[in-house]
Amino acid sequence: MKAIVTVIGKDQVGIIARVCQLLAGCGVNILDISQTVMQEYFTMIMLVDTEGCSEPFAELAQRLREEGERGGLDIRMQREDIFNAMHRI
Amino acid sequence: MLSRNEILQTIEMIDQQHLDIRTVTMGISLLDCAHPDAKESCRRIYDKITRLAEKLVATGEDIEREFGIPIVNKRISVTPISLVAGSSDAESYVCFAETLDAAAKTCGVNFIGGFSALVQKGFTVGDRRLIASIPEALAATELVCASVNVGSTRAGIDMDAVRLMGETIKKTAALTADRHGFGCAKLVVFANAVEDNPFMAGAFHGVGEPECVINVGVSGPGVVSHALQKCKGEPFDVVAETVKRTAFRITRMGQLVAREASQRLGVPFGIVDLSLAPTPAVGDSVADILEEIGLARVGTHGTTAALALLNDAVKKGGVMASSHVGGLSGAFIPVSEDAGMIRAAAGGTLTLDKLEAMTCVCSVGLDMIAVPGTTSAETVAAIIADEAAIGVVNNKTTAVRIIPVPGMDVGDTVDFGGLLGSAPVMPVHEESSAGFVARGGRIPAPLHSLRN
Repeated sequence: MKAIVTVIGKDQVGIIARVCQLLAGCGVNILDISQTVMQEYFTMIMLVDTEGCSEPFAELAQRLREEGERGGLDIRMQREDIFNAMHRI
Repeated sequence: MLSRNEILQTIEMIDQQHLDIRTVTMGISLLDCAHPDAKESCRRIYDKITRLAEKLVATGEDIEREFGIPIVNKRISVTPISLVAGSSDAESYVCFAETLDAAAKTCGVNFIGGFSALVQKGFTVGDRRLIASIPEALAATELVCASVNVGSTRAGIDMDAVRLMGETIKKTAALTADRHGFGCAKLVVFANAVEDNPFMAGAFHGVGEPECVINVGVSGPGVVSHALQKCKGEPFDVVAETVKRTAFRITRMGQLVAREASQRLGVPFGIVDLSLAPTPAVGDSVADILEEIGLARVGTHGTTAALALLNDAVKKGGVMASSHVGGLSGAFIPVSEDAGMIRAAAGGTLTLDKLEAMTCVCSVGLDMIAVPGTTSAETVAAIIADEAAIGVVNNKTTAVRIIPVPGMDVGDTVDFGGLLGSAPVMPVHEESSAGFVARGGRIPAPLHSLRN
């Protein structure tokens, strides 16, 4: 099942590495990444596949959120459906 | 492929603009719980509700976590209890209310609606007992909501019921005087009540509904407000279009969550109610939208027109977004639950008479209105009669949820707390309606109810 991971916050060294490591560690495959840094603000959006994930979805989402809080970032993982439902007929 | 903007926009709507699922409501039929022995009936009611709704709250929380969208309330609505309890020997239905309360607490929901009666054409024995039990039931329980339907376009208005409800509201206020008449915040009087409303306090599971159903109410006044900030000075066509598109997105959330909840619980999906429902939180106000449309203060001239546009555009956008739209589906104007409404009422710009006009073009009616504790039962009844007439003649749902606050007068503010917010006590006309209310009988159905 596909999900969207978003990382928003103040730019810092190693964000991408930490998030990717967390995901890879659970068997989550990253399908697409896009990121921009605008005036110190870092926004990264990843399309991931949680099919092979070794943890329940909600637990991984919680771990990502906590990882974000440690670094002063807002990291969330949401099922893709919510975005498709809102923006596609 | 989703664009970055679309993803960030969704997140911003949730984070900053108060987009959320206001309620996931499970409707449960209790018709098969009727029994001549009231205790046995209550036992069946408790068992059925706790069995069917056992996983409702947990499922709501799971969906919330996976989709990242807040689901603020999980609730239950049941068959109007007068229909279920009517078969029993009980003369007071307070025990049924207590059973509903207990079942709701076991399931972890925050309200259970359906302590109700449908009396638009007259009373059954069960209806009379239910209504007589309302004041005590609402004082004795926490989570139970009650409603009574006193009129319909097909049946006209039962003025005996209207008079009785004026008295019932006063009694309910008196029995909860220590909590500012809070019982009345859980009691709605309807005309043209709908069978699948997911919002409290008027939710009940109508007799045309199946065994069990999932209905969802979304909420996004903040999102609409925000979208309109980009339309400053634009003509109404643009305003309407903007509201429409925004309502589409908001309702799509509701549709997604409804389908997901239905699938996980193994219960049929009923409807999405696309009402725009405010909360007292800053930035989550329907009044703000009306003021954004160009009114210095909601309640001034132009308010009715602005609300008409808003209500209609919300429906047009929402209808495309959902396979089944139902419930009340319009804009809510609850005075205590909307920061902008509170402000306008406290300042005197928003009056009861203007609110009555507004109910002609939106869905809910006179909602969460605090009036002086000295307001007579006849005046309350006459207010109900006016609202019922608007609903019955215009073939729409209208309702009255009015709280005569014991010991308070104009100038005071009553605080109910939480989602129920706080309300400035609003003045009512002093001149008596007693002669009008005393007549009783039925106001006949309007001519255009004959559609065959």
